[in-house]
Amino acid sequence: MERSEAELIAAVLSGDSTSFEPLVQKYSPRVFATARRYARRDSEVEDIAQEVWLKAFDKLKTFRGEAPFEHWLMRMTVRTCYDFLRSHQRNRESAFSEISEPEEDWLERFVAEPGSAAEDADAAKLLVDRVLEKLSPAARLVVTLLEIEDRSVKEIAEITGWSVPLVKVRAFRARAEMRKIVARMAKEKYL
Amino acid sequence: MNIAELQKKLIAAARLEKPDVRVPYAFEKRIMAHLDARAVNHRWVSAWTHSLWRAAVSCVVVAMLFGVWTILEPAGAPASDDLSMDFQNTLLASVDQGDNAP
Repeated sequence: MERSEAELIAAVLSGDSTSFEPLVQKYSPRVFATARRYARRDSEVEDIAQEVWLKAFDKLKTFRGEAPFEHWLMRMTVRTCYDFLRSHQRNRESAFSEISEPEEDWLERFVAEPGSAAEDADAAKLLVDRVLEKLSPAARLVVTLLEIEDRSVKEIAEITGWSVPLVKVRAFRARAEMRKIVARMAKEKYL
Repeated sequence: MNIAELQKKLIAAARLEKPDVRVPYAFEKRIMAHLDARAVNHRWVSAWTHSLWRAAVSCVVVAMLFGVWTILEPAGAPASDDLSMDFQNTLLASVDQGDNAP
């Protein structure tokens, strides 16, 4: 008979660490999906996921069961991703000169006729990845949660542990930072 | 170039990209192996810490017993009343020994 989540957590807390395995199995896809929003390389994504699970095991006694385990875990995942961004700030200052031909074509199509550059094109996805990589860790986190995942300011405050006004300030700054980076990209390519 | 429009397009592109949910093969086994390895290390560390604590407590008990014994032990030779004489004898003991030497 399959044990419930609460039973598994209780078993882990009472010393049966093998009960942790079904939790890892069940929620790893979500952890990996979140980690892939912030890290590109497979090795980095795996490192983040591993750190999340080891932290979750260590801090399981702080899980009070008021909110679903998934929410608690995702909060930990996002915070681990933020720590990862802060410790891997390289490449932020690099130029846009290395953008590939399809990306350049997409940009040219956008310049010629904004409507003709499709959002679902692979080139657009690569370009947005480049722009996101150049954002500061806080800006990237806010842009990802607010603009890409479409979460509310209150949700972001809960996930990150920041206050609501701080999230709003950081969202404002993040949009401005992104606009500056997009403008720099356009300037480097077309001026 | 319309920067605001380009920014919107890029955000829309990012929204369309659903993140990959694939998990590496046997990832959960790897996590469990990490936890087991840590548990073994933890057992060693806690055994070592436990032994150190026991040794420290024994040392403190021995030090306290010696302290009590020193306080309660009766003095060997009765001290004279003249402190200045005792002090002088102690200070000049080496000189006296030097004088008595053949």
